[in-house]
Amino acid sequence: MNPIYASRKRTDFIIRGLCIAAAIFGIGWLTLILGSLLWNGLTSLGLNVFTQMTPPPGVTGGGLLNAIVGSLIMTIIGVAIGAPLGMFAGTYLAEYGRHDKLSSVIRFINDVLLSAPSIIIGLFIYGAVVVPMGGFSAFAGSLALAVIVIPVVVRTTEDMLMLVPTALREAASALGLPRAYVITRVAYKAARAGLITGVLLATARVAGETAPLLFTALSNQFWSIDLTKTMANLPVTINNFVNNPDPNWKNLAWAGALLITLAVLTLNIAARYLGAERTPK
Amino acid sequence: MSMSSVTLPEASVANGDDAKHPVKLAVKNLDFFYGQTRALKGINLNLYKNIVTAFIGPSGCGKSTLLRVLNRMYDLYPGQRATGEVLLDGQNVLDPKIDLNLLRARVGMVFQKPTPFPMTIYDNIAFGIKLYEALPKSEMDGRVEAALKGAALWNEVKDKLNASGLSLSGGQQQRLCIARTVAIKPEVILFDEPCSALDPISTAKVEELIDELRSQYTIAIVTHNMQQAARVSQYTAFMYLGDLVEFDDTSKIFTRPTQKQTQEYITGRFG
Repeated sequence: MNPIYASRKRTDFIIRGLCIAAAIFGIGWLTLILGSLLWNGLTSLGLNVFTQMTPPPGVTGGGLLNAIVGSLIMTIIGVAIGAPLGMFAGTYLAEYGRHDKLSSVIRFINDVLLSAPSIIIGLFIYGAVVVPMGGFSAFAGSLALAVIVIPVVVRTTEDMLMLVPTALREAASALGLPRAYVITRVAYKAARAGLITGVLLATARVAGETAPLLFTALSNQFWSIDLTKTMANLPVTINNFVNNPDPNWKNLAWAGALLITLAVLTLNIAARYLGAERTPK
Repeated sequence: MSMSSVTLPEASVANGDDAKHPVKLAVKNLDFFYGQTRALKGINLNLYKNIVTAFIGPSGCGKSTLLRVLNRMYDLYPGQRATGEVLLDGQNVLDPKIDLNLLRARVGMVFQKPTPFPMTIYDNIAFGIKLYEALPKSEMDGRVEAALKGAALWNEVKDKLNASGLSLSGGQQQRLCIARTVAIKPEVILFDEPCSALDPISTAKVEELIDELRSQYTIAIVTHNMQQAARVSQYTAFMYLGDLVEFDDTSKIFTRPTQKQTQEYITGRFG
C-alpha cells in the first residue's frame, strides 16, 4: 500500500477510536446513574409513595404524596407565569422588535439569565419576595421557578419564530392583516410545534430544580396546598431525606428521584416527538 | 399622461390611452431608496383598469421594488423609503397617514413562492374574509367556493377542503394564494413572478387565470419570462437599473420598441 495513504488510514483509525472511546465513556456514566436510579428507585417504589405523606424520622412507612402534589402545583404555577411572559418577550424579539436596538440588549440579558446558576435565582426571590412577605411560601417558590422558565421560553420562542419564512409574513400582510393577526394566526401557527416544545423543555427544566425552592418554598412535612405557606416538593424532600441516616428516608428519596427523572424523561420525549413535526415551510 | 424620466427624458410612452382605459393607479415621479441606494429613479406610469401591465427587465432593475411600493410592502422593513406619488383612484398611497391594512386589502399581492398558510384549504380562504366581514357559515361557504372557482381550483379541491393547504402541489398552492387574494375582493392585484416556481402546465393555468381576472381587476405582473409578458399583458414596461426605459402597448414593445436598450433586451442581447 502507498505509505502516505497507509499513514492517513492509521490516523483515521486512531481518531475514530478516540471518538468512540469518549462517547462510551460519557454514556457509560449516564447509564450507571440511570441504572442505579432504576434499581434503587423501583425497589423503593410502592403504592404507599403515592398515597401517604412524608414520614417523620425514625418511623417506617409513609410516602411522598404531599411532595408530589407540591411539586406539581409549584411547577404548574411557575410555568403558567413564566411561559406567557417568555412567549410575549420572545415574540417581541422575533417580530415587533426584530430590528430594534432594545432587542439586542434584551437578547444579551436573556442569555445571561439563561445560564445563571439557579441558586442565585433562589436567593434573589428570597430577598425580593420571601423577606418582605415575612416567610417562606409556595408562591415564592413558584415565582423562582417562573424566573427560570422565562429565559428558556424567550429563547425558544424567538428561535422558532425566526424559522417562520418572511414570505409567509409578507403574504399575510399583503391580505391586509394587522400585525397582531399576522403573528398570532399565521406565525404562531407555523411555529406551533416548536413553541410547545419550548414550554415542555422549560417545564422539564424546572421540575427538578432544588436550589431555587430551598430558599423560597422550603419544604413541609405535612399536607399543605396553601400557597402562602411552605409547601413540600420532591427536589427539596429528596435533598433532606438523602442527608439523613434513616434507611426509610433514603428509600423514599430514591423513589422520589426516580419519579422526577421519569417525569422529565416523559416531557423530553414529548418535546422531541413534537419537535420532529416542526417544519414551518 | 406624460412621461419624464429624470435620466432618460427621451423614454417613449403610450400616449393618449387614458381616454381608452380609465387610470386606476398613477405613479408620479417615484423614487425609492434602500438606505442610501436609489433603486427607483423618477418612475412615471399608469396602471389602467381591466388591463394587465407587465414589468420586464434584468434582475435588479427595480421591477419587484416598484411592485412592492404599490401596496407599501416595503413598510415592513426599516431603512426603506419612497418619495413621489402613487395615486390609487386619486388618493396618495405614499401618504404616511394612510391605513396600510386597508390599502393592502384593496391592492392584493401574489408572491413568487406559493405561501399557503399552515391551515386548511377552506381556512386559507376564509381567514382573510373574516378579517373584514362577519358572514354566516352558509354565506362564507359560498364565498370560499366562489374564490376557489375564480382561481380555477374548485374542481381539484372541492372534496378535500379540510385538508392542509400545504398538502397541495406547487401549482395548486399558487392558485390557492390567488384565490385567497381574490376572496377579499381587492381592486388591484400585483403578481410578483407568480410562475417562476411552477411547472409549464401550472404556469399555463395561472396565465389563463390572470387573463380571466382582468375583466374584474387592475393587474400588474413582474416576470422574467418575456413570452409570458407577451402572452398575458396588454401593456409592458421595460425597466433597467432603476429607470423606466419604455412603457407602451405590449405588441409595440415586442415588435417595434423605440429604445435601443429595450430592443436589445427583448432580443436577448443583454440581461
